[in-house]
Formats: sequence, structure tokens, C-alpha cells
Amino acid sequence: MDNPISEPASPTSFDHDPTDPRRELERNLRPANWQNPDPAKCYNLAVIGAGPAGLTAARIAARLGARVALIEAGAIGGDCTNIGCVPTKAIIRSGQVFSDMRHASHFGVHAPDTIFDPALALARVRKAQARISRMESADRLRSEGIDVFFGNGCFANRRSLRVGDQTIRFSRAIVATGGALRQPDVPGLQDIGYLTVETLFNRDTLPKSIMVIGGGPLGCEMAQALCRLGVRVVLIQNAPKFLPREERDAAQFLSESLARDGIEIHLNTTAVGARQTAQGKEIALTTGGDPFSITVDEVLTGVGRTPRIVGLGLEAAGVAADPETGIRVDDHMRTSNRRIFAAGDVCGGFMFTHVADAAARLAVRNALFFGRGRYSRLTIPWCTFTDPAIAHVGLYVDQAISQGIAVKTYTVLMHQVDRAVTDGEETGFVKIHVRQGTDRIIGATVVARHAGEMLNEITLAMQRRIGLRALSGVIHAYPTQSAAIKSAADACRADRLTPRLRRLSGWWMSLMRRAG
Amino acid sequence: MTLADLEDDALLDTLQQAAFNWLVENVNPENGLVPDNSDPGAPCSIAVVGFALSSWPVGASRGWISRDHARALTLATLRFFISAEQGGDHRGTGHQGFFYHFLDMEHGCRVWNCELSLIDTALLLAGFETAACYFDADTPEEADIRRLSRALLAAVDWTWALDQGGTLSQGWHPETGFIRYDWEGYSEALILYVLALASDTHPIPRDSYQAWRVTYQWEQIYGYDVLYAGPLFIHIFSHAWLDFRAISDGFNHEKRVTYFENSARAVQIQSEYARINPRGFAGYSADCWGFTACDGLGGPMDSADDIGRYFLSYSARGAPYGPDDGTIAGWAPAAALPFAPRTAMSALREMLRQYPGMMRDNRFLGAFNPSLPGDGPEGWVSPRIYGLDQGLLVLMLENHRSGEIWALMRHSALCRRGLRRAGFKGSWLDG
Repeated sequence: MDNPISEPASPTSFDHDPTDPRRELERNLRPANWQNPDPAKCYNLAVIGAGPAGLTAARIAARLGARVALIEAGAIGGDCTNIGCVPTKAIIRSGQVFSDMRHASHFGVHAPDTIFDPALALARVRKAQARISRMESADRLRSEGIDVFFGNGCFANRRSLRVGDQTIRFSRAIVATGGALRQPDVPGLQDIGYLTVETLFNRDTLPKSIMVIGGGPLGCEMAQALCRLGVRVVLIQNAPKFLPREERDAAQFLSESLARDGIEIHLNTTAVGARQTAQGKEIALTTGGDPFSITVDEVLTGVGRTPRIVGLGLEAAGVAADPETGIRVDDHMRTSNRRIFAAGDVCGGFMFTHVADAAARLAVRNALFFGRGRYSRLTIPWCTFTDPAIAHVGLYVDQAISQGIAVKTYTVLMHQVDRAVTDGEETGFVKIHVRQGTDRIIGATVVARHAGEMLNEITLAMQRRIGLRALSGVIHAYPTQSAAIKSAADACRADRLTPRLRRLSGWWMSLMRRAG
Repeated sequence: MTLADLEDDALLDTLQQAAFNWLVENVNPENGLVPDNSDPGAPCSIAVVGFALSSWPVGASRGWISRDHARALTLATLRFFISAEQGGDHRGTGHQGFFYHFLDMEHGCRVWNCELSLIDTALLLAGFETAACYFDADTPEEADIRRLSRALLAAVDWTWALDQGGTLSQGWHPETGFIRYDWEGYSEALILYVLALASDTHPIPRDSYQAWRVTYQWEQIYGYDVLYAGPLFIHIFSHAWLDFRAISDGFNHEKRVTYFENSARAVQIQSEYARINPRGFAGYSADCWGFTACDGLGGPMDSADDIGRYFLSYSARGAPYGPDDGTIAGWAPAAALPFAPRTAMSALREMLRQYPGMMRDNRFLGAFNPSLPGDGPEGWVSPRIYGLDQGLLVLMLENHRSGEIWALMRHSALCRRGLRRAGFKGSWLDG
């Protein structure tokens, strides 16, 4: 198939819901005819930002009987539902299906000519968003007892904030305004225009060729998904490996996978200029001082995010913040104003939906119930949803050694796992790091097609301080890919059999033989 | 009679001499430079020169060349490098005592835009030190060898190569400065650190070696507790000169394994990976392996199984995490003989029997890939011979047969000093 994008199949929807998902999204997350309620005299909790952190905080507080005001400047759901996790994972799934169909013959299935329909795939992305938005619609939040205000929230002083001409007084407040995509600093790129995840999905076609600038989690995910959907992808990474934070073997597996998918990879490469030509967007690049250029139809970028704090009136509220690192919070998520807390991307650090959710729970508890929960005690996993996916929790080995912790790693390759072999998903590994001489898990990395799902078991063990050997005693349904974790646990248990114990056991066996 | 029919010692002698002769046949006697590979017009690789300098003593001891010949080649090399341009010019030869990775065979100038390479300079310096240890006669020429070697070693400014950081940089470009990433994980940089610590003039601090070790990965893979590195050459290079059989640093003490024993386990992992053969490449078995830095065909193409795999050109391949594209370095088992004689000899014989086409004139070609189409069972075969492979074979086969290079370097005051500063103790180092 020369160009799967140029010949779309006749659009066929398998969804019986004829509603345009764009309209439903709008209706649920930013209703046009919404009337902000009259503010109560004083709220137990005012939450600015209705993304993952804000929604969690508002809902928990409301469930506990608090009077809650939730203020949103844009659309409910934040980046996660509107431009981040939800749409990206939906398009990744389309790419995975397309890729699986092309390799179907290896499983004894002769798929008919596989033709990709970008309009249908992008419509499906929006349908997924619309489905998920039903859980967090403005109406639903109102029915849960939350006063939802659309508009820019801005602190007027240390105890109140303004939304339009309304004043909202609060006993406690949580700032959860999230982050904004960082503007790329490639000279000329602003002039010729570029795509971000904010604009990539709001269209019916995909470009024929695209340059993805940045080999971090989102860059790798999008590069692979688009490549699998037939887009010619050039991936530029300004470092010697992808996902610089991850273990080098994990990045190694990913590199191989991206290359096999057909992505044109340029490591140690920096974009230094951009201009529009008759052929398309010409990006000037340099690798180790060697200049060259590549012309593509579109450029996708958005490397990194900055906390969204402009226009919040933080000074009036006495909340200290930095444009790069965000709102300054202590380990209890409290800002420099003891009545105001913050959670999620606006605090910088780990910018993940699940971290925002966990931090928001902490913030609510600490704000409303004088809790002393600490952010530093959280066990935070994360996952890059490439194929194979790369999931990590806890310390990396070099971090542990730097802290003076001797580490032993129990590694199980996915090709040693029966279910991975039967599923043809043998790429990857499970690595569980323990403090040497003990079975205390200090970190783990999983590289596998379902790494994100598999990691949860290890996160649970770490959070509840369950030793690795104990996981050996947990019966895992056979055959499952998470049996890899049990195999690592078995190896850890087997390590207890020191040479002396083995000799002792041998002596006991010979005694039993003699006794008949 | 084929190679596979020879008795063990005759086989190893044949392979070692053929490798040695390649170096002799290709060295430029005027300046001692040796080409990277057998391609016409190939530039010199300074690492190959380091291996060649260490090979001349082997050839002289075994009577393959005369001591006079070995001495003349060594002197030519040392005189070239001592007088080489060292200003960091982009078409010069070196900077701060280090040398560019690839040099023009005639004039010794930098070719391409290659880097000023730390590890390749270290391998070259190991060659200088081997020469200084071997040529110990009280004659003006051999005294000159010792003087020049010491001068070249003293000229290297290791502290500059720290680039104000905690660990050594990988290299430097005159156009863009230091390469931004450092050594990560256990690697062939072990000998680099030993030499950098040993310097009388510009030693790196001991903390630097400790800082490098922070990136070590101690893993249990296939039931073997191992200091992990994927490509096999990493487990071999430093051992070409240094006898790690009975000495240990702090890491070794903690994990109760020597670097030598660790290499033996790495060999077993290579064999086990090939036995499992998770990616289903042709030819792999417990007796057919060799995943390391080697030549490759390069580019996306369909293999026999129609998976549409991506094949690498010259790259560091490794086990068990890869990259793995079906390419096998035929020379790897022979170079690994000192560590795991039984496993390696079994693989060497089996591969020679199954894939005679991986050899040319009793020399290992760069690599082969039975999963790709070719004229014989070897599939694709690299058309070139690499100097690095030949030099490594000369040294490792010698260490396996007589231990000569290890014995020489055990008496090197420089190496002993570097190892002690790195925290190594035990056996010959305590004497």
C-alpha cells in the first residue's frame, strides 16, 4: 500500500449514537448557555481549575459535605480529557490496530487490504472524549452539589476571589489550574505554524509527513501512533536517547521499536531554524555540528509544559510562585498562604494525571481536616504508552546508589514469559530493584505491551511495603503476562538458598534416603 | 583440512597468526598507523594502533616477526605521535594529549568530523604502555621507546576531559566542544579510568571512578548475577591488557565477583540468549552467538520471515536487551576464550563448521547474518575485515594461551598505580 491515507474507505460508523461528539463535548464540558450560580456567603473550599486535580478535590470535598465552588476558565476536564491522555490514547489505539492488522499474517490471519480512514479515526477520538466527558459534565457536577463557575478566577485578597463580577469567599482554596504547552524556541517556527496536541485532533485528516520535535513521552507516543497510521514521521531528539529519564535498556527497546515501525530517527539533533518553501516546511537541523535540513508537511511540537499561573492574582492572595517551577507548596501541598493549597501541574514536578489526582486528595484532606499527609510519601508510578510501553515506579538504580543503597535487580525478560510468547508480545522486561540482601522493593521498570497494567502490582507492593519474596507466594492466574513479576519474586526467594543452606538441604535429603 | 578439523592449539595458533599478519600487512611502517578496516582508502583508527602496538610483542615472542621488526614498528608509531600536531585544529591530530578517533593513513590528520576520542586514546595509550613494558633492554632504541611512551602518557590532560564534571566525557569536537553525554553503565571505560587515575601529571580524582560506578546495573538475568552490559566487547576490551582474575575493587567485594568472572557470566548470557532466540533469527543456538559492536548491512528490509525488520549498519549489538538484528560477530567466541573456555571453544568450533564463509584467509570478517539472503549458509557476510577485531584476537588468544600480555602489564607501574587508586586489591596487586 503506497499511501494508506490518500484512499479512505467509505466512512462507516459502527456507533449508533448520531450526536456530533464535538457538540456533546461542548455541552458537557463548557455549556454555552451556562448560568453561573449565585455565590454562597462563604465556601468551605474554592477550587480554581476543573482538570483532574480540581475535579478530584471538588468531588471529594462535596461528598464530605463541604460547600464547594469550582471555577474553570476553559473547559472541564483540563488537558487530560481535552488535549492530553484521552485523545492521545485513543489515537494510539487506532495505530495499534492498524499495526496489528499489517502483521496479522504472523498469527495465521490474512487481513484484507488494510486501509486507514483518518476521518473515522479522528471522529473516534472525539467520541471517546465525549463518552468520558459524560462522567464529568457541568450538569453532573452541579447535581453532586458543586457550584460550577465558568470564567477566569482571580484572587482578590487572601480570603476571596473574583469570577467576572462575582465574589467568591472561601475558608480554604485549592489552585489546580494545570499547565500550558511551552512555546517552541525554534527560530522561524512560530511564523510558519506548527501543530500541538491541542490542534492535532481537531481536524479530519492527518498530514502526509510530520516532524515530531522532542523524544520525551508524548513525542514518542505521537510519533509512533502517527507512523503506524501511515504518516511519514521524522523524530528529532536533542539527546543521545529517547525518554532521557528512563533506564537506558528501556530506551533501547523503544528505539528499536520506533525504528522498526519506520520512523526516521535523529538523535543528538537540534532544530535550529524553520522556513516555508514550495515543498513544505523546511526545518534546519544540526547533529554534532553537522547541518542538514528536512522538509515535511507539518511539525508537531510542544516540548514540556509550564505551570499556568498568569492572571490568578497570586500576589494579592500572598501565594508565592515561579513562572518556571509553578506555585511553591510544602510537603503538605500548602502554599505560602496557609489557607490556600495547590495540586497538579501548576506545582511543577511530575506532571501526570494520576499524580494530580493523588496530590488533590492530599490537599483536600490537609485543607479541610487538618491532615498532615505528605506528598513525599506517595509512591508515584508513570508510564509512557508506546509499544512496548515503558512504566516505572520508585527509584532508578543510579538514584539508589547515589543515596548509598546497594541494589540488586531481578530481571525477567518478556520472552521468558509463556503468555507473552503465545501473544507474540515478547519485547520487553520486568526489572525489580531491591535493597541488596533484603527483599525490600525500592523501584521497578517494566517494558512490555501492557507495562502500565503490570506495574500496578509492584506499586501496590511498594506502597504497602510488601517484600518481593511475598509476591512469590501470590498465586498468579496462568497464563498471564504479569507472571513475569512472580518469576522475579521467585528468583528473589531462591536467593535465600545460600550455599550453606543448600548443603544442609542436601544433607537432609541424603538422611531421608537412608531412612527409606 | 579445514579450520574446524584442527586440534585446539593448532586452530588457535592459525587464527591468531592470521589476525597478527593482517596487522603487519596493513600497518604503515613509516608512522605505525593501522587502518580501521580492509576497505581501500580506509583511515587509521587509533584504537587499532593501540592493539597493534600490543600485538608486536606477541608476534616477536612467537617468532612471527623479529624483535628488530617489532621495535622498528613501535618506534615509528611513537615518533609519529610524539611529534603530531596537538593544538586541537580541526584537521590536526589531537588536543590536550588525546587524539582524534580516525586519522589519515599517510599524514595522520583528522578525517571526517570525527571526535577526539577518550576511549580510543586510552586503547592507544595501553599500546604505548605495553610497548614500554616489553621493550626493556638496555639499548638506546628500547630506552627511546620507554621515554617516548612515558612522554605521551604524561601529556594527556585527563582533568581537562572531566569538563568540570564528576566523570569523564566521551569525547570532544573542535567544532562543538565536549560531547554532552558521559559514560553510562559498566563499559569498556574501565581501562580508561585506570589510566586516568594512574597519571602522574593530570590524574582524575578517585571520586570520579566512584561516580562512574554509580551507573552500574547489578542484575540477575537468566539466573546469572551479572554486572550488566549488553555488547560482549565491553566485557573483553579492558581484559585484553589487565589481569582481573584475582583482583577486586569495592564493587567486586560487595557483589563477590571479579570483573573476570563477570565476563564469564556475560558469555553464558550470550549463549543462553542465542539458545532461546526470542526474535527467531536464523542460525542462533547455544553454540552460535556473538552479540557485540560489529558490522551490519543496515536499512529496513524483509527477512525470510517477512516481518519487515530493521537492520543496523556498524553498531553495538547486545544480549539480552538488544539491539539484535540477527547479526553475529564470528570472532566473539574466540575473543571470549579466556573467560569461558568450554562454552567459547564449543561455539567457535560449531560456527567454523557451520559457517566457513564468515572467514577470509583464516581471518574473521566483520560479521554475518544468516537471516539475510547470501551466497552460503552465512547469509549476508560483511565484506571487510576490521583491525579492531584482529588486534583483540591477537591479545585475547595470547592471554588464553600463555597469559603474556597480562604478565607484562602486571609489572606495569602505571597500571598498578591506576588500579590501586581505583581501589583494587588482592593477588598480584598486593605484591
